[in-house]
Amino acid sequence: MIRACLHALLSHWGRNPVQLFAYLAGLALATALWSGVQAINAEARASYDAAAATLGDGQYDQLIPRQGNSISRQDYITLRRSGWLVSPLLDGSVGDVRVIGMDPVTAPAGFGAAQGLVGSAVTGVQNPQILFANAQTAANLDPRIKVAIDDSIAPGIAVGDIGFVQTLLGRDDLSRLVLLPDQPLIQPALDRAAPDLRRQAAQQVADVGQLTNSFHLNLTAFGLLSFAVGLFIVHSTIGLAFEQRRGMMRTLRALGVPLRLLITLISIEMMLLATAGAVIGIVMGYFIAAVLLPDVAATLRGLYGAQISGTLELRASWWVSGFALALVGTSGALASRLWQIARMPLLASVKPRAWVVATASRFRVQSMGAVALLLAAVGFALLWQGLIAGFALLGCLLIGAALALPALASGVLSLLQRRTTAPVWAWFWADTRQQLPGLSLALMALLLAVSANIGVSTMVSSFRLTFVAFLDQRLAPELFVQVDTAQDSARLEDFLTQREIEILPLMSTDTTIADQTVELYGVRVGPTYRDTWVFLDANPEPWARLARGDAVIVNEQLARRADLWIGDLVDVTPTLSLPLAAVVGDYGNPQGQVIVSEQVFQALYPDAFASRFGVRTSAPASLRAELLTEIGIGDNAIVDQAAIKALSLGVFERTFVVTGALNVLTLGVASFAILMSLLTLADLRVPQLAPVWALGLTRRHLGWLELMRAVLLALIVFLCALPFGLALAWVLLSVINVEAFGWKLPMYVFPWEYLRLGSYALIAAFLAAMWPAWRLMRTPPSTLLRVFASER
Amino acid sequence: MNARIVIFLLLWPVSVAAQGFSGLGADADGFTTPLPGPVFSFPADHGAHPEYRIEWWYLTANLMSADGTRYGLQWTLFRTALAPGEAAGWQSPQVWFAHAAVTTPNRHFATERFARGGIGQAGVTAQPFEAWIDEWALKGASFDKLNLRAGGSDFAYDMQLDAQGPLVFHGDGGFSVKSAGGQASYYYSQPFFKISGTLTLPGGDVAVTGHAWLDREWSSQPLSDAQTGWDWFSLSFLGGAKMMGFQLRQTDGTVYSASTWIAADGTTTAYPDGAFTAAPLDTTKTAGRTVPTRWRVTLPDRDVDVTVAALNPDAWMALSIPYWEGPVDISGSHTGQGYLEMTGYD
Repeated sequence: MIRACLHALLSHWGRNPVQLFAYLAGLALATALWSGVQAINAEARASYDAAAATLGDGQYDQLIPRQGNSISRQDYITLRRSGWLVSPLLDGSVGDVRVIGMDPVTAPAGFGAAQGLVGSAVTGVQNPQILFANAQTAANLDPRIKVAIDDSIAPGIAVGDIGFVQTLLGRDDLSRLVLLPDQPLIQPALDRAAPDLRRQAAQQVADVGQLTNSFHLNLTAFGLLSFAVGLFIVHSTIGLAFEQRRGMMRTLRALGVPLRLLITLISIEMMLLATAGAVIGIVMGYFIAAVLLPDVAATLRGLYGAQISGTLELRASWWVSGFALALVGTSGALASRLWQIARMPLLASVKPRAWVVATASRFRVQSMGAVALLLAAVGFALLWQGLIAGFALLGCLLIGAALALPALASGVLSLLQRRTTAPVWAWFWADTRQQLPGLSLALMALLLAVSANIGVSTMVSSFRLTFVAFLDQRLAPELFVQVDTAQDSARLEDFLTQREIEILPLMSTDTTIADQTVELYGVRVGPTYRDTWVFLDANPEPWARLARGDAVIVNEQLARRADLWIGDLVDVTPTLSLPLAAVVGDYGNPQGQVIVSEQVFQALYPDAFASRFGVRTSAPASLRAELLTEIGIGDNAIVDQAAIKALSLGVFERTFVVTGALNVLTLGVASFAILMSLLTLADLRVPQLAPVWALGLTRRHLGWLELMRAVLLALIVFLCALPFGLALAWVLLSVINVEAFGWKLPMYVFPWEYLRLGSYALIAAFLAAMWPAWRLMRTPPSTLLRVFASER
Repeated sequence: MNARIVIFLLLWPVSVAAQGFSGLGADADGFTTPLPGPVFSFPADHGAHPEYRIEWWYLTANLMSADGTRYGLQWTLFRTALAPGEAAGWQSPQVWFAHAAVTTPNRHFATERFARGGIGQAGVTAQPFEAWIDEWALKGASFDKLNLRAGGSDFAYDMQLDAQGPLVFHGDGGFSVKSAGGQASYYYSQPFFKISGTLTLPGGDVAVTGHAWLDREWSSQPLSDAQTGWDWFSLSFLGGAKMMGFQLRQTDGTVYSASTWIAADGTTTAYPDGAFTAAPLDTTKTAGRTVPTRWRVTLPDRDVDVTVAALNPDAWMALSIPYWEGPVDISGSHTGQGYLEMTGYD
């Protein structure tokens, strides 16, 4: 009996291959984008973890200089000999590679590449003249440096013995000290043992993972969105397959198949198919991730300096989650249908259209739900704060919008219908409205895709506009020069002042202000600052006040985090408090910044010297050559503004590639949903179209009307999506960004971009409707005639 | 001393293990090797010998508090060289590490330190004498009067040492042979320290007094491949006589032994392989290993036939290089206290 039942059930798919395809493809698409995005996130997270392990960030407290970025070997020895167990690190770079020198003898167990180094020491290499790096990084290093491949080391970082790294970098100092977790019972207070050092708690070390969260959030949102869209497809396919098999089930039950067995068999059948779909999806996800990963890696490196491995690994974390999500999603859709079967009277009449028509009353429920969710969204926006509330707001907004769509579309259509008198058009509007319930899931999917695309495009484009303006402000000097010693600093300054070139010397140090780790800058106020810096908010003449030593300027991150604004007093040191004169936007930077005048800075840190200079010149190339020959500054210590700008803009182009690819993919999934809905509705609609055909409308005419209907519905969806998309962008820019990163981005509107997205949506709908319309045009008249011959 | 050579072997599995005793003044890697008939020069020889591969300053002490509770104390500074000689700064081929431990009748505290040579984090100077690593130090104006300070996250000690007798030299005037193949080290001791000071333990500070034994040893030669571990005894008998004995366990089940009888006035008699015997009477399972913690020890030439039993059988040193080391009680033909070190019970 089981065999026969299964055979009967499975024969449905043989007769409806398109439905089978829709079911498998829907699940595959849903799983593909989700697991692809998760794969990218997992790869990135693994890279961050490797970086944290390699550098000890986030794992161990560290001691860093109160001033400057150099610790002498003697300070290290003094600390050790007083009973403080610390291990030295030297941080520098060779070309594009960050080189970390460490002491494998004192490094905490399991610290980054210490194992490899100890290994090399054990095998008898004296002061190993060797670096350890992963294969990718090794390829970027000077071929004369000996490199051992160790794939556990974070990308972009090479690790070596501190003695060798000192030689390599031409330095004899240390950058910071890692505090070992186990300290002896008897030791002096730290500020007595090392008055020039400051303890930085592990969690305070800027976590690259946190920085890049926004980016991953973006990806995850896209993944979840396409998963939701895919589930819409699955849901509607399952619904349809059940409706069409009602007759079969009635027959099977009438023949004596127990309800329990029938339900079990259907569950097994559907779950097996779902598994197949999910597997296909995971394979597709892998390829999507592999294609996108290099661009994502480039973006993250450029934006945050985060190094991501460019090669993809098959990690259980992402494929299991994709698989589980697919099966859970399917079970959800399946459960409600099985419930219906269980309650179905044994000999219920078979009314295939009943479920679609009956659900028309669902509009009212949906609309109520939509209103409730949108009200909740407003509530979240007004009453709550925090990242969670931001996401809740996003969720309510999107789901509310999707639920509101059928009612909105229905309203628009009935309005159009009422204004039409021509019979064909009156029928067209009525017929479109009548189809809405069957198409509503696909249309909701399209709405979600379009609004998300509008929202994300707006955010990314706003970010770019703001950032480019910010770069113009920050990169106003034509050349940037970095020096290592006070002598070089003084010589450079003399050289440039003699030539009457405007210079912007910059002194900086890490310090703690308002309980935040901030960078304190000492600047020499000149025309460049006065002319190019734009503030978010400022007192009159902020630069003049700053130059007099009467005020400070802080960046937005610090202002928001420490709840400071214009006029508030900022405690620069315990003994010096200055009023806040201006708040400046500082995009993409996680750290707080406080700017004081050169004189104030020097009074606080008498030993400090300017290690960075902005130089204004009309002839950057010749000045650069002069600096190289006359001052003897290294070529890579001078950067010209055009190069930095090009680099930054290159990063944004990468971001756009990723965003663009995801736009197309999500719209693709949505249009597939439309295609599948139209195809599955097509057969059911023959009885409705036959009378119209019999009244004289040609099949060709009917086909064109079908196409027009799809495009028209897409247009309605797009018009609904526009405000929701803009609302989404606002939430991302003004709520999520502030909560996650501490800065608010101004929102810009890009009508042409939206028109382009709109036309994509219309084209997608048009393409999706083409095949069903073509099939309608080719329906044999005999099929249409048969409607009148055989009552169902 | 085998434990230390085992340590050495562990650190140098590749470059050293393959190489045998050359019998010449330097080995294949350029390290100086010990030769018979050494002439020591003090205080210089209390300091480091960077041209040799491995060296240690090894102190053990039997202590007692006012209430009669017995304690054991260990402090060892090891030097191992990746290449012979010294160089300035991080380029130095010398690596230092040290162990500190306190044993009570029912607890055992142990910790370790590591340091690079050449940067001042660890080292030894002969005059005035100071052997240090981080804040740990054994130092004094001379080798006879020393102060010792060390500790970890759960214990610490601060002790005064005062030598009551002369230095003693093991083997042939300080040339101590370690195998039938001829592997050897330079080895002398100061076994006559009176010691007093304070142990800082989780229960509070404890004032203690007792006697301590300091070993000095350096070499460039590993054990032979056929040697698997080492049992080392330093025994102080009532009446003032002392005895040092060790046996190297070999893969064929035999042992290579050597011992030194130290009379109360410091005069020594060295005994060749076979004169000293040590046989396990009882074992203890500690830290997952089975370790003999009660021994029958004999030196028939001196009518020594004693039972040596651990004060705390769980004196396992769970450090980077694990071994057993702790205070022992002596009963039988002679009575007294001492220290036992056992390696290779993995």
